[in-house]
Amino acid sequence: MASRPRGAAEPDGERELLSSGDVARTIARMAHQVIEKTALGAESGDLPVLLGIPTRGTPLADRLAARIAEFAGVAPPTGALDITLYRDDLRRRPPRPLASTQLPVTGIDDRVVILVDDVLFSGRTVRAALDALRDHGRPRSVQLAVLVDRGHREFPIRADYVGKNVPTSRAEEVHVLVSEVDGRDAVVLRGKGESV
Amino acid sequence: MKHLLATDGLEPALATAVLDTADELKRTLLGREVRKLPTLRGRTVITLFYENSTRTRVSFEIAGKWMSADVINVSSSASSVSKGESLRDTALTLAAAGADCVIIRHPASGAAQRLAGWLDEAGTAVVNAGDGMHEHPTQALLDAATLRERLGTLDGRRVAIVGDVLHSRVARSNIHLLTALGAEVVLVAPPTLLPPGVEALPVTVSHELDAELPGVDAVMMLRVQAERMHGGFFPSAREYSIAYGLSEQRLKMLPEHAVVLHPGPMLRGMEIASAVADAPSSAITEQVRNGVHVRMAVLYHLLAGEDEK
Repeated sequence: MASRPRGAAEPDGERELLSSGDVARTIARMAHQVIEKTALGAESGDLPVLLGIPTRGTPLADRLAARIAEFAGVAPPTGALDITLYRDDLRRRPPRPLASTQLPVTGIDDRVVILVDDVLFSGRTVRAALDALRDHGRPRSVQLAVLVDRGHREFPIRADYVGKNVPTSRAEEVHVLVSEVDGRDAVVLRGKGESV
Repeated sequence: MKHLLATDGLEPALATAVLDTADELKRTLLGREVRKLPTLRGRTVITLFYENSTRTRVSFEIAGKWMSADVINVSSSASSVSKGESLRDTALTLAAAGADCVIIRHPASGAAQRLAGWLDEAGTAVVNAGDGMHEHPTQALLDAATLRERLGTLDGRRVAIVGDVLHSRVARSNIHLLTALGAEVVLVAPPTLLPPGVEALPVTVSHELDAELPGVDAVMMLRVQAERMHGGFFPSAREYSIAYGLSEQRLKMLPEHAVVLHPGPMLRGMEIASAVADAPSSAITEQVRNGVHVRMAVLYHLLAGEDEK
């Protein structure tokens, strides 16, 4: 990918907050934090389960797990948790297609579950994810990892691991791009609103 | 999607979206602790059945309940219908009482369409659960889901629909849906049990079951609907069974991968031999299982979205 000065405006009013290299470094740092916080090591017992929230949380969970495996020598199981059926805004939009939910064969009962998503905004997605988890089993505890926290919470929800805090205005949009879905890795800010 | 009345004219993209949703629902419900989703909480679904039914009514009821909708069953014999209330008044009563969706089965072809016309203004969705000899769209969708699961795709697959096509709403819905999804359909029946206007349907017609079996990927056996037959459509049940029943010998003529479907209720020994119904190539119980997920998907696409107006 062509290198571009950080924060340089692009023709379509898009500003890059994290480059592909930044995304990789951020995930590596989050992996270290997970290892530290969950006291992961070769002789630890039950590994935490990383559940990505589709669409982009799923590849992020896989990458986080890969880095954890690299640094700690143990690979935590990963999966995907679709929350579409648990959303509280279903009546406000046309029906959406469902994404797949895949829990690791180990299940989630009595495990530490780490939910992984790209952007933390209102907190509604996470609330829906907590409801969905409850129907799949009873984790020992649930933690949250997000690549970007952009503020404007509407629920008493906070993340345990944050890649980058980005103060934003509501008019702006934060997009996390991952190569598995979007063809490249980046975090970009789109839309008008006051500069940050 | 506002109503689901027929597969004739149903957009292939929409049908595929419903089938994909059903697949995901099946996967997500598999082996989980709580088989209940909060998606349709606060929605009211009423099943209004003017004809007897086991699997369709139960399947819709389970589908609604697993999505957390409130499901109320009305049957004609236990309601004011038996006092002479018209279909229109019954429908308007149900809508006024707060139904978000009415699922109707009725002996008259076109009943669901009329109902949808009356309930449009109230914003109540209508699902056709079988109207006379016209259509039964959710049955066709669950058949398509089962075939996709077993065969991978419908595109280019050949499906024989065998037996009483004339009286079969299941056959009609399947002809439209399966061909829209890219399958070839061949109808196999005696001339007396083919519908008038069959030339206009996107199908080929055969009277020789044995000639068709080796070349199909699936065979769908239809029940002989004696209750709709007034007069002689074939000489005797035994003769029908010999000519058009799926016997064990005929099962061996099918390709290895071929799937046997039956919409139920089955008449074992008539259109299908008992051993064939229970054979590994039979997907009859899977059809019932998929029926719940397909109907959940239909309710999702009708009720989970944006409120109309």
